Amino acid sequence: MSETLVSVQDMKVHFPIKRGVFIDRTVGYVYAVDGVDLEIKRGETYGLVGESGCGKSTLGRAMLRLNEPTAGKMVFDGQDFSALKGEELRKMRRRIQMVFQDPLSSLDPRQSVESILVEGLRAHDLDKGKESTSKRLRELLSAVGLPSTALRKYPHEFSGGQRQRIGIARALALEPDLIVADEPVSALDVSVQAQVVNLMEELQEQFGLTYLVIAHDLAVVKHISDRVGVMYLGGLVEEASAEDLYAEPLHPYTRALLSAIPVPDPVVEDRRERILLAGDLPSPANPPTGCRFHTRCPWRQASRCDTERPVLRELKPGHKVACHYAEQIRSGEIQPHEVKPILVEEGDGLSPDVPLVGPASVTEALNP
Amino acid sequence: MALLEVRDLTVVFQRKGEEPFRAVDGVSFDVEPGQTVGLVGESGCGKSVTSLAIMGLLPKRGAKISGTVKYDGTDLLKLSDKEMRDRRGRDLGMVFQDPLSSLNPVVPIGLQVTEVLERHRGLSRKEAMIEAKNLLDKVGIPDPNRRLKEYPHQLSGGMRQRALIAIALACRPKLLIADEPTTALDVTIQAQILSVMKELVQDLGTALVMITHDLGVVAGLCDEVNVLYGGKVVEKAMRHKLFAEPRHPYTHGLLASIPRLDAAPGEKLTPIKGSVADNIPWEHGCAFAPRCPNALDVCVQVTPPEEDQLGRLLRCHNPVVPGTPAAEEVPV
Amino acid sequence: MVLGLSSKKEKIDGVAESAGVSLAASAWKRLRRSPVFLTGAVIIGLFIVVSVLSPWLAPHNPSEPMLIDQVVKARNEIPPAQPGHPLGGDLQGRDFLSRLLVGSQQTLIVGVGATLIGLAGGLFLGTLAGALGGWVDSVVMRLVDVMLSLPSLLLAFSIAAMFAKPSQFTVILAVAIVQIPVFARLLRGSMLAQRHSDHVLAATALGVKKGAIVFRHMLPNSLSPVIVQSTLVLATAIIEAAALSFLGLGNPDDRIPEWGQMLGDVQNVFDTHPHLAAYPAICIIIVALGFTLMGETLREALDPKNRR
Repeated sequence: MSETLVSVQDMKVHFPIKRGVFIDRTVGYVYAVDGVDLEIKRGETYGLVGESGCGKSTLGRAMLRLNEPTAGKMVFDGQDFSALKGEELRKMRRRIQMVFQDPLSSLDPRQSVESILVEGLRAHDLDKGKESTSKRLRELLSAVGLPSTALRKYPHEFSGGQRQRIGIARALALEPDLIVADEPVSALDVSVQAQVVNLMEELQEQFGLTYLVIAHDLAVVKHISDRVGVMYLGGLVEEASAEDLYAEPLHPYTRALLSAIPVPDPVVEDRRERILLAGDLPSPANPPTGCRFHTRCPWRQASRCDTERPVLRELKPGHKVACHYAEQIRSGEIQPHEVKPILVEEGDGLSPDVPLVGPASVTEALNP
Repeated sequence: MALLEVRDLTVVFQRKGEEPFRAVDGVSFDVEPGQTVGLVGESGCGKSVTSLAIMGLLPKRGAKISGTVKYDGTDLLKLSDKEMRDRRGRDLGMVFQDPLSSLNPVVPIGLQVTEVLERHRGLSRKEAMIEAKNLLDKVGIPDPNRRLKEYPHQLSGGMRQRALIAIALACRPKLLIADEPTTALDVTIQAQILSVMKELVQDLGTALVMITHDLGVVAGLCDEVNVLYGGKVVEKAMRHKLFAEPRHPYTHGLLASIPRLDAAPGEKLTPIKGSVADNIPWEHGCAFAPRCPNALDVCVQVTPPEEDQLGRLLRCHNPVVPGTPAAEEVPV
Repeated sequence: MVLGLSSKKEKIDGVAESAGVSLAASAWKRLRRSPVFLTGAVIIGLFIVVSVLSPWLAPHNPSEPMLIDQVVKARNEIPPAQPGHPLGGDLQGRDFLSRLLVGSQQTLIVGVGATLIGLAGGLFLGTLAGALGGWVDSVVMRLVDVMLSLPSLLLAFSIAAMFAKPSQFTVILAVAIVQIPVFARLLRGSMLAQRHSDHVLAATALGVKKGAIVFRHMLPNSLSPVIVQSTLVLATAIIEAAALSFLGLGNPDDRIPEWGQMLGDVQNVFDTHPHLAAYPAICIIIVALGFTLMGETLREALDPKNRR
């Protein structure tokens, strides 16, 4: 089955930067997500990878309409999800669920596990009778590998991995079609991460779920995803199947990213050649002109790179890249050169390390 | 004699009305000049407490420290607070995980570097400024003249971590302790920082203690690796040996549970069961036993002794036979 | 006892059988062991018991000038301590101990009344601003800023003075209005933090209705600083009410005693009979201290960082 479940079209999320005491004046925008198109097929796992500040989480939240997108739309199962309002939107939310990064903060500390799981059922009138609900809760817990004694417990009484299972059970309760998982394992201990990754894979098989996994850890994304999109400063720079992306990264940024990830094997590590990127991520409030990556790109050319923004184009079947010179880089015609790091202005008080979680946090970060 | 000799370091936290908690339990290791020693483990394994104990940064009240930490022949644990303060910054440098909270937010970067230079190396203000510029240059901060006047919040995370390394290096310490120096950073920035640290060890002969949870970082950087679990070193070996043939079931399981970028498609991960909450105290056997696929009955009765096996220290009753694939828990 | 390996393995990644411990329960567990909290609780418990039972505890009628014959205005003499009247009498010859005991009742009513009204107003404004945000938030918060920019006592005076006839109710109202912005701002701040918290986002993503999110998730999780604040406000409310009475803006009817008013009444004879002021003042200080001790320990116990 290769039918499209989700189609994101030219999605943009620009957070206004506001200044002023009484009346907030907009003095600029943070271009957190700046024109992203992507498609997710039913039953597949789409991995969205990028470094902090690249807009991957904001994109995920905009798709769920937890942030309102500035422009663009998301079509979910043939329906324009971005145009839904009020009750319609609320009802539709059942089919798109989310798993959060921090399993403790995403669970209300005052709710017992039972009430956390029942809440979603109740919101969508799936809470039919005491008996059937309690049976459903037991099923959910056993699906995520927790004993039914967990029902009466509170989130703070569990370990990190167990909490994430509760978060997954909550998403699962509504029998969604799509689960958006934002950094689902990065807050967990290394030995526990694999438990959650494996659980997500099992559940996908069992319930025919579609995943959008957002993470900074390319190794995790590569392991869990069928297709991977790489984001840099608000835009997709490359999209390919997980194998293809690793075997032949076409965008200079993807190359650098792949070469930077340490592999737990000294033999591999000693042989590897690193492409060290110069300098920092430019501020998303003041992105570079042309190709967003040209300020740090070792393959940068004299023409086009700083003037014309490359579009995502298909270079090989199923492998898209946004680079003017992708063919020449691939063939070795263009060789990398030294890049002088450019000062990144932090004068706005906005650091690219501040994850862009929502409009409030951004404007607050901008108004010290 | 090694530059740093840690012998049987034990840290017991005692809070009023609570059971004493052994955060570090008899840890020993040596660091030679120009060598990088890794302490690896997950949260709660005692790796950070070890570094704080070496630096004399644990609170006097509440933490009972025993064992010896010999630096160039002197036991650091026996020094007075004042003597220790003199050593820190001059002989021992430290880089922390969170560069923002380890830098003074209201003092410009330049002043924070020159302060150390003036205090420990007795340079004049002018000399210190020139030296500070060189240091920032060395750790790869662009336009150091301008950066010296800026405040920590004006720098990005990667630049802050570089500034912190510059401060730690200001007095050319012979020993640098780095506690998760790249955990808060992005991978491309991490690669930059790690390459800076590698150069330091190679060019200046600095001894480096690298504390991290990331086995990938260890594989590329450390000469000798100590794997910590529940406050004890469970396996210690040179890195090639350790990664090629992990013998302790914990090391083995850890390596099998992390997704590798170069793994074949469709390769399954083998998680370690449970969490550190399932540990048993070391006095009653092996702390890892309840989570261990190799555990025997003896593992919950007798504390496994530390054994030397051809240049590898191992604390296990039933180590993994080399070449065994990672096993999921056999149902009991 | 040495348990076998298999029994240890069974417990792996397990969840204990027992019922869960909610946040409130674990906070209470910690409070019970805190000597500071217990001290505060005992003080406040005694205060409440005394004020409720004061009509029966008081040896005499507090408004009856039974020792009036011992008061000599010209020589500034008042009834000294004597059998049956351990603290003597006041300027009108009424039994001082009885007035002190019965006074606790009015003090309690003023303190609790002012705090409750202030809390209700603050909850309303804070929830409005925190839950709706946008221009509602701006309007409410500017209003609150204006109120906060005036010194609280001055504001209370102005409000109390606006009423033609001061009474106990005007005192309560004046003190209560002063507390509203404090509560409103506190609640709005923690509601805003809640609004962007992951668990509220999670509830939104679940499709929970907006009203339910506000009242089930945002409000309950924002309340703990407000609860703590209200114990502290109780203390200041009593002191502020005392100040109003002291300055003559309190209840003019001195047949029903109140500590602040008792303090105000004796300002002319303070140098000759300091005990008349000292006793109500000490009572006010002890009660205020009791509330403060409870508030501070409550703050610590409800702090999620101390959760274990």
